[in-house]
Amino acid sequence: MSEQERIQKQRVERTAEVASDVSVDATKGEQLKADLDDLLDEIDEVLEENAEEFVRNYVQKGGQ
Amino acid sequence: MAIAKVLGVETEFGIAGGPDLDPIVASSIIVNAYAQQGRTRINWDFEGETPDLDARGLPGLTSFAPVVETHLANTVLTNGARLYVDHAHPEYSSPECRTPLEATLYDTAGEEVLRRALLAANESLEPDQAITLYKNNSDGKGNSYGTHENYLLEREVEFARVIRAMVPHFVSRQIIIGAGKVGAETEDGLETNPAFQISQRAEFFEEVVGLETTLKRPIINTRDEPHSDAERFRRLHVIIGDANLSQVATLVKLGSTALLLAVLEDRGAEVFPSPPRHPVRALRLFSLDTTLLVAAECEDDRQRTAWDFQDQLWHLADHYVEQRGGDAVGPPEQVRAIVDQWREMLDGVRDDRGAIADRVDWVAKMRVVNGYQERYDLAAGDARLRAIDLQYHDLRAERSLAQRVGLRQLFSPEQVREAVHNPPTSTRAYFRGQCVARYPDQIVAANWDSVVFDLGQGPLQRVPMMDPLRGTAELTSDLLETCPTADDLLEALDR
Repeated sequence: MSEQERIQKQRVERTAEVASDVSVDATKGEQLKADLDDLLDEIDEVLEENAEEFVRNYVQKGGQ
Repeated sequence: MAIAKVLGVETEFGIAGGPDLDPIVASSIIVNAYAQQGRTRINWDFEGETPDLDARGLPGLTSFAPVVETHLANTVLTNGARLYVDHAHPEYSSPECRTPLEATLYDTAGEEVLRRALLAANESLEPDQAITLYKNNSDGKGNSYGTHENYLLEREVEFARVIRAMVPHFVSRQIIIGAGKVGAETEDGLETNPAFQISQRAEFFEEVVGLETTLKRPIINTRDEPHSDAERFRRLHVIIGDANLSQVATLVKLGSTALLLAVLEDRGAEVFPSPPRHPVRALRLFSLDTTLLVAAECEDDRQRTAWDFQDQLWHLADHYVEQRGGDAVGPPEQVRAIVDQWREMLDGVRDDRGAIADRVDWVAKMRVVNGYQERYDLAAGDARLRAIDLQYHDLRAERSLAQRVGLRQLFSPEQVREAVHNPPTSTRAYFRGQCVARYPDQIVAANWDSVVFDLGQGPLQRVPMMDPLRGTAELTSDLLETCPTADDLLEALDR
């Protein structure tokens, strides 16, 4: 079996597993989504305003 | 029997800002700001530093010895740690610790030391020169700096066996302890152009084994500088690994690695899974695959994913702990907790990432990066996503995203404060830290394996500490209590 086929096969198996998990954990999923929404709101408040410049200016000398 | 896995973590912090945007000047300001608060003004002693010795015994013709920079700011703290300027970064090297949990505490204390240094430094600078610090490993532009781990090993363990045993762990452990990264930044990495990858450091590794740390970085570093009795000990200097903001990730990183080294000492290298045929390729492939499904061909012709490697290594460690206990690593309940956490994280990254987003840095980071991208419909690699990546590691409480994603805390603020000032009790770091705290005016320098006193008359006196497990509170606290001055101490040691 090639690497690609193997990945394909695992993907199929995994999708089946995940699908059954989702139905069981639907409420937990909702909670995680709500938590994430709150978190993203907070990130909006603290994220550097000029992200482009902030990222561009962060240049380091290599270390170990 | 495996020997006690005395261990520690060294972290080079990313640094921005400062006068003229010079990172060496800024790093010096940070180190000096902390030292000038009266906490220490004791210099590092370079006697005995041999970073150019190769554990394989042969001088590598393509390897160049690291340069020891003796002129830059360099201090010893009362908690036994070293704080100094390494290349163009401030570095905190934790004191030697006896257990992974203790080492995690002193790593966390290091964040607090740098945070305090940052506050003190910025008080003396104009606002437009303010410095910022990041506990990360790359700038997103192809420059990397390290987070290294150190483990004590028996000298008699042949280095070839360390290589044989540990490569599988070092290429695969990133799936539970990777810190995550938006995009790629090396030539090879950019070819794949990933939206997100698991490890900050993986794409910077080019060799399987080698002496270098700044170029052609190797998965196994052969620096043979035990900082202790070289007849009895090795120090495994691990340069592959991300800076973790998750304390649980640091604990499992140190705990799993220490346990596997104990397995190597007690059961040999043959029990370890067969390594990938091309370790560097496997390391990078695993980092680029957030589905955890890509497998690498191994020397036994089997295909293994990073998860397969970790599963097999976990069983090896679990079995070892069941059969022999884990005394070399820590007390039974702590070792059990490490093994259980490792298992939970391993199952979580595959089956339920929501359940371990409070412990696994790359999962926590990817969750907010993907969420933010979806909310604003951003292209992969958008500057705002890169800013999130960078700010995850920001040490400033008001900017840190790691402090906002709900990572599990292992220590109270009081415990961390305590560790900022006081050394661990169960290694020689106790003696070093206590001497620095008690006799600051009589100590001219200190390093990992000695403290040098100047009593004002006669020659300088070096007190050697060649065994990391001596100089503990148990062995020296009574002595220190009865010696109000350095003269008393040296006289007592002479007797």
